[in-house]
Amino acid sequence: MFEAFNITPDAFAGKTPAQIAALEGREGKIKVALGDFFEVSGSPGNTADETDVVIVGDCSRVKYIGNKMTAGSITVNGNADMYVGGWMKGGKIHIKGNVDSFCGIGMEGGDILIDGKAGNYVGCAYRGDWRGMKGGTIRIRGSAGNDIGTFMLGGTIIIENNAFIHVSTHAEGGTVIIKGDVEGRVGGQAVKGDIYVLGKIQFMLPGFKKIDVVEKEVDGVKGTFNHYIGDLGERHPKSKGKEIFANLYVKAAA
Amino acid sequence: MSEIIVKGGFVIDPTRKIDGDVADVAIKDGKIVDKVSSGAKIIDAKGKIVMAGGVDVHAHVAGPKVNVGRLFRPEDKLFKSPMAQDGFRMESGFSVPSTFKTGYDYARMGYAFVMEAAMPPLFTAHVHEEIHDTPIIDEAALPVFGNNWFVMDYLKKGEIENTAAYIAWLIRVTKGFGIKVVNPGGTAAWAWGLNCLTLNDPVPYFEITPSEIITGLLKANEYLGLPHSMHIHQNDLGNPGNYQLTIDSLKLAEGVKPKNKFGREQVMHSTHIQFHSYGGDSWANFESKAKEVMDYVNKNKAITCDLGCVTLDETTTMTADGPFEHHLNSLNHLKWCNVDVEMETAAGVVPYVYDKNIKVCGIQWAIGLELGLYAKDPNRTFISTDHPNAGPFIRYPRVIKWLMSKKAREATLDTFKYKDKVIAATNIHSIDRELTLYEIAQMTRSGPAKCLGMSNIYGGLAPGMNADVGVFDLNYKNMPSDPEKIEQAFLRAAYFIKSGEIVVRDGDILGHGHKKTIWVNVKMPENPQVMRDITQSFTKDYTVGIDNYPVHDYLAPHPFVINVDVEA
Amino acid sequence: MNLSRVQSASGKEESNMPKLITQVGCPYCGSSCDDIEVLVSDDGKKVLEVHNACIIGTNLFHHANDSTRPMLPRKRQPDGSMKEISYDEAVDYTAKTMLAAKKPLIFGFGSTNCEGMSAVGRVAEKAGAVLDNCASICHGPSFLAMFDNGYPSCTLGEAKNRADCVVFWGCNPMHAHPRHTSRYSIFPRGFFTQKGSMQRTIISIDPRESDTAKLADIHYMLQQGHDYELFDAFRTVLRGHDIPDEVAGIKKEQILKGAEAMKKARFVMIFFGMGCTHTDGRNHNVDIAISLTRDLNEHTKASIMAMRGHYNIAGPGQVWSWQFGFPYCIDLSKGTHAHMNPGETSSVDLAMRDEVDCFVNVGTDAGAHWPIDAVKHVKKHPFITIDPNFNMASEISDLHIPVRIAGVDEGGVVYRMDNVPIQFKAVLKGLSGVPSDEELFDMIYERMCVLTQSEPIWLTAKEDRKYPSPVVS
Repeated sequence: MFEAFNITPDAFAGKTPAQIAALEGREGKIKVALGDFFEVSGSPGNTADETDVVIVGDCSRVKYIGNKMTAGSITVNGNADMYVGGWMKGGKIHIKGNVDSFCGIGMEGGDILIDGKAGNYVGCAYRGDWRGMKGGTIRIRGSAGNDIGTFMLGGTIIIENNAFIHVSTHAEGGTVIIKGDVEGRVGGQAVKGDIYVLGKIQFMLPGFKKIDVVEKEVDGVKGTFNHYIGDLGERHPKSKGKEIFANLYVKAAA
Repeated sequence: MSEIIVKGGFVIDPTRKIDGDVADVAIKDGKIVDKVSSGAKIIDAKGKIVMAGGVDVHAHVAGPKVNVGRLFRPEDKLFKSPMAQDGFRMESGFSVPSTFKTGYDYARMGYAFVMEAAMPPLFTAHVHEEIHDTPIIDEAALPVFGNNWFVMDYLKKGEIENTAAYIAWLIRVTKGFGIKVVNPGGTAAWAWGLNCLTLNDPVPYFEITPSEIITGLLKANEYLGLPHSMHIHQNDLGNPGNYQLTIDSLKLAEGVKPKNKFGREQVMHSTHIQFHSYGGDSWANFESKAKEVMDYVNKNKAITCDLGCVTLDETTTMTADGPFEHHLNSLNHLKWCNVDVEMETAAGVVPYVYDKNIKVCGIQWAIGLELGLYAKDPNRTFISTDHPNAGPFIRYPRVIKWLMSKKAREATLDTFKYKDKVIAATNIHSIDRELTLYEIAQMTRSGPAKCLGMSNIYGGLAPGMNADVGVFDLNYKNMPSDPEKIEQAFLRAAYFIKSGEIVVRDGDILGHGHKKTIWVNVKMPENPQVMRDITQSFTKDYTVGIDNYPVHDYLAPHPFVINVDVEA
Repeated sequence: MNLSRVQSASGKEESNMPKLITQVGCPYCGSSCDDIEVLVSDDGKKVLEVHNACIIGTNLFHHANDSTRPMLPRKRQPDGSMKEISYDEAVDYTAKTMLAAKKPLIFGFGSTNCEGMSAVGRVAEKAGAVLDNCASICHGPSFLAMFDNGYPSCTLGEAKNRADCVVFWGCNPMHAHPRHTSRYSIFPRGFFTQKGSMQRTIISIDPRESDTAKLADIHYMLQQGHDYELFDAFRTVLRGHDIPDEVAGIKKEQILKGAEAMKKARFVMIFFGMGCTHTDGRNHNVDIAISLTRDLNEHTKASIMAMRGHYNIAGPGQVWSWQFGFPYCIDLSKGTHAHMNPGETSSVDLAMRDEVDCFVNVGTDAGAHWPIDAVKHVKKHPFITIDPNFNMASEISDLHIPVRIAGVDEGGVVYRMDNVPIQFKAVLKGLSGVPSDEELFDMIYERMCVLTQSEPIWLTAKEDRKYPSPVVS
C-alpha cells in the first residue's frame, strides 16, 4: 500500500531518473522512495507541460497518482488505487485498467480517462467541502459505483456503463452523463446542474417532475429525452424572477 | 525557581506609563521583580520591543460549540495545517484549531491569558476538559446567563438578591469567571424558533424583555462585586441598522456604579462591537456607523469594548446567538449546526467566507478598524476578532498591522472588487490615524487585564505581576517601513516567557509551561429559597442529576482561584 | 437502607452497612441515564442491588461481581493456549508491537471514559496509528452527513420539555435505548409538555412493526432501502409541490398527513438510527433528514438527533475532535498532520484492503461486530484486545489486557447521545491490580517513549494529577 504523493509531471519535471527515484512516498508511517517500488528510466521535460509519464505495472496498491498535477500527462498500463487525479488542475491522465474510489476528487481542470471501472466517489468533493469538482473532464469507460459528482460545481463526468446510486447529489453545476443504467437517487438535493441518463433509472426521486420531451445529442448519441426538473424538495436560486432547477434528461424508451 | 533578565529592550508598559524606554525586566520565581542576581539567565532584547503577555478578553476556544466547529469541518484541516513541531503535539485546523494548536499559536504570539467567551453551564465539564488540554496559556470561561430560566424568572419578579445568589452558585459549580450575556432573551425565544430583535420584545412564556434582563444583570454583577463586569453581545447582531439598538443597550449602563475590589472601572463590556455597528436598512445601503457607536463609548468611562475585526478569511461563525446562525444559513446556504441547551442557552455554527470581492464584507472589514481608530481611550477598546467569527486569532497581528499603518489599510482596500462602494459606505479611507505601539499595548495588554479585574496579575510589567513577557522583533527607534514586518513580528515572538518559563523562541515552542485555569469563587451566604428552586428544577426539568452537574476539581487541575466574598 | 447479614469469606457471619449510591450513571446505552441507584456492600467490592436501570443496565452492574472477571493480561502461546502474564510484560509487548507496525489500527472506545480516549491519543500519535471508534460501523454515516449538511439539534431536555411531535426514523428505542422513551421522548411530563404522551404525536418510520412502531400514532411501514425517497417526498410537499401517488411504498395521502402533522406541531423532534445509517445511501439518508429538519424550521421549530448507541460513544468524537480536529477514522501515520477520509481511513475498509498490520481492539468487540472477512484480515497480524471482559475479540487475540469497567469501578467523563458531558462515578473499588484504560495507555505511552528514546509529552494536567480515585460516597 503505497501513498505516492509525488507521481506527477510537476514533481518529475526537470529531474534526473535518480532524482525521481528518490522522491518520497509513504507506506503507512514508513517513509519510502519511489525507487523502492519502481524502476525509473527516460527523461522528463523541463516543465510539467513537457513531461509525459508512463507507468507499466499493476498499480492497484498505489494511491494518489496524478495528485494536484497542473500539466503534462500520466499513462498507467494497469489498474490504479484511490485518488487518481485528486485535486488536479490540468494535464491528462489515462488509466488502462480500473481505478478505486475518489477518482478526480476536488478536480479543477484537465482530463481523466479510465478504460476500466471506477469505484465510488468519482469527481466528488472532499468530506465537508461544499465546493466539489469545478472543471475538467472525467470519462469512465466501465461502470462506476455511488456518489458520482457529489457537490459538483462544474466540469463533466461521463460514465459509459452503469452506475449505482447518488448521482450529482447536492450539485450546484456541472454535467454528468451516464450511458448505462442507474439504480436511483439521481439529482438528490441538487440545486443546479445537468444530468443525462441514456439507460434506465430504476427508482426516480419524487422531487423530479417531467416538464418536456426534447431532442438532444449527448456525447455522440442522438436521441429523444424526457426532460425533468428538480430536486423540488431543495432550495433553488432565482434568475430574473424565475427559479432555476437542476435538469435531468432521461432517454425515452425507443 | 529560575531567574531571568530580559536585557536592553524597548519596554512598553502602559501600567507604568513606560513608552519605549530602554530597560531591563527582571523575573524570579514566576513573577516580575525589581532585580535579580548575576546568575540570572540573560535574554538579549536589544533592538526589540518588550511587552507583557497578551490578554484576550473574548475568543471561542474551548467548549461544545467550538468542538462542533472542529468536528463538522474536515475541510478546515485539509491541506491547511501540516504541522507538528518535533516533541510537541500535532497541530490541526485553520479557523477552528485543535486545543494543542490553540495553546501553541497563542504562545507564539506572546499571549498569556485567553477568556473562553461563552460556556453553557450544562456543558461545563466539556469546557474544562478542553481548557486543560490547551497548553501554556492561562484560561478562564464565562458562563452564559442572558437566557437562563432561573435568571429570567427571578429578574421578572425583581428579585436581584436571588438572581445574585443563583449566579454565585452557578459560577462556583461551573468554575466560571463572570457574567456573559448573549442575545438576551432572544436565544430563549429561539427555543421556540423565535427571537428578540428589539430591547422590548418579550420572551415567550417568561414575558421579560431584553432591556429588563440587561438591567437586572448589571445590578446583579455589581451586587456580587465580581472582578469582571457584565459582558454583553447585544440583540440583533449582524443586521443592517442595528447600531441604534446597540447604543440603546449601552445606555442601560448609565447610572450603574462599579462596585468591586479589583480595580475595575467599567460596568459593561460590549463585545465584538463591529457586528453591532451597522447602518442602512438593507444589504444594498449597508454602511458603517462606527463613528456614532464610538462617540458614545468614548464619552462613557463605564463602558469597555472589543472590536471583533473582520480579517477577510474563510472562517467559522459560532455563537450562542442561535437565531442569528439560522438566519446566516438562510443567507449563505452553508451547513448549519444548532444546539439548544435545556434551561440555559443555545449555540449555532455556520462556516462563512469573508470575500474581499463582496461589498458587504469589505464594509465589515472597514467598520472593525474604524472602531479602533476612533477610540479615544485605547485602554477601554480592545483588539479581538471574536475568534473565529470574524477571523481566526492568528490574525491579531494583521489587525495590529492595519491599525498601525494606513499604507497597509490602503493596500488591502486596493484589492477590493468594489473598492469605491466600500469607501462610499465607510470612513476608513479618510482616516489617517495610525495607532502607536503604546496604544496597541493598551488594547491588548493593560486594558483587557484591567477590564477583567486582573490588573495585578496580567497586562503589565510591574514588580509583583505574573512574569508573562513577550519580546518582539521590532525596533522602536527604527520601525520598518514595510507594514508586513509588523505582522510578522507579532505573529512569531522572538521570545515569550510564561509565568517565568521561556516557552517560545523565534516563534518555536520550547515547552508546555504550567498553565492555570482561573475561576472565581463567589461566596454568598446560603440562600435556601434559591437552593430549593435549583434542586426542584433538577428533579423536574433538567435531564441530568444535580450531583453530576458541578464540575469536579480534577477537571481543573491547576486552578488559580479568585475569591469574592459578597457582602450582605 | 437495609442492614443485612452477609457471609464473609471466612465463613463467619458479620453485620455490614451497605451503602446506597445515588445519581449513578449507567454505562450501557446512549441514554446515559444518571438516575441509577446502586446498593453496594460495605467493603465497596460487590453490587447488591440496582434500582431504576433497565434490565440491561442492571445486569451490567451485577456482572461486575462476576468472579471470573479477568484480573491479569493473557498472552497467546505458540501452542495456541492463553497464559497469564504481568501488566509490565503486556505493556511492553503492546508498545513494541505498535512501534514495529507500519500502520497499526486502534479501534473501539464504545465503552470507555474520556480520560482513556484522551490517553490513547498520545499513544496513537507516537505509534503513527489510525485511531478509530465504533462510529465507523455505526453512526459514521451520521458524521458524514454532519460534515456535508450540518446538524440542527438540541439537548434531550429540550425534547422532553417541548416536543409535541416525535419522529422515530429507522430506530427502535423500546429495544435499543429502553428508558429513552420514558426519560426523554414519549412519556415524560416536561415543563411545556405536562400531559406527557397524551399531547405528543408519535410517528414511526420503520419497515417492520417494531415495538416502537406499535406505540406510534402514525406508522410508515416503508419499503426497506427507500428512506431517501420518502424524505425527498416530505421536502417536496413542504415546498408546495406535488408528488407521485406512492413513494417508497407509502401512499401520497399518508405522506401529506405526516407533513401536516409536522408543520402543525410546535416542536418536531426527529430521532434516527441504523435504519437510516445502514441502508442504501447511508450518510445520504441522514443528510436529507437534516435537510428536512432545516426545512421544517421555516414552518415551526424542529430538531434532529442521532440515537448514539453507547453511553459514551459520543466521547471519542468529542475528545479527538478537540485534539486532532476529526471525530473518527483518523490516520496519524504521517506524523505531521492528521488525515481523515472514511472509505479509505475507516477501520473495516482498512482491514478489507489489508492496509493495517497490527490491530488493537479497545472497549468493544470487533470479533463480534465486524464483517467476518474484515476480522480474518486483521487476524493475520498481531491482535490485541483491551477490555474488562472476555468476548469474541479477546478469544482470538494474541494478547488480552483487562481494565476496569468505566462507570462501575472507574469514574470519568462521558458524553451522552446529545453530547452533554456527565461525570460518572465509580460505585465499586477497582479490581485489585487492574488499571483503568487511562492508566494502561499512559503506561504504554511511557514505554514507547523509553523504547524510542524520546521525552513523553505530558500537558500540565497530567504531570502530577492523581487519577480520580473511585468516588464511593
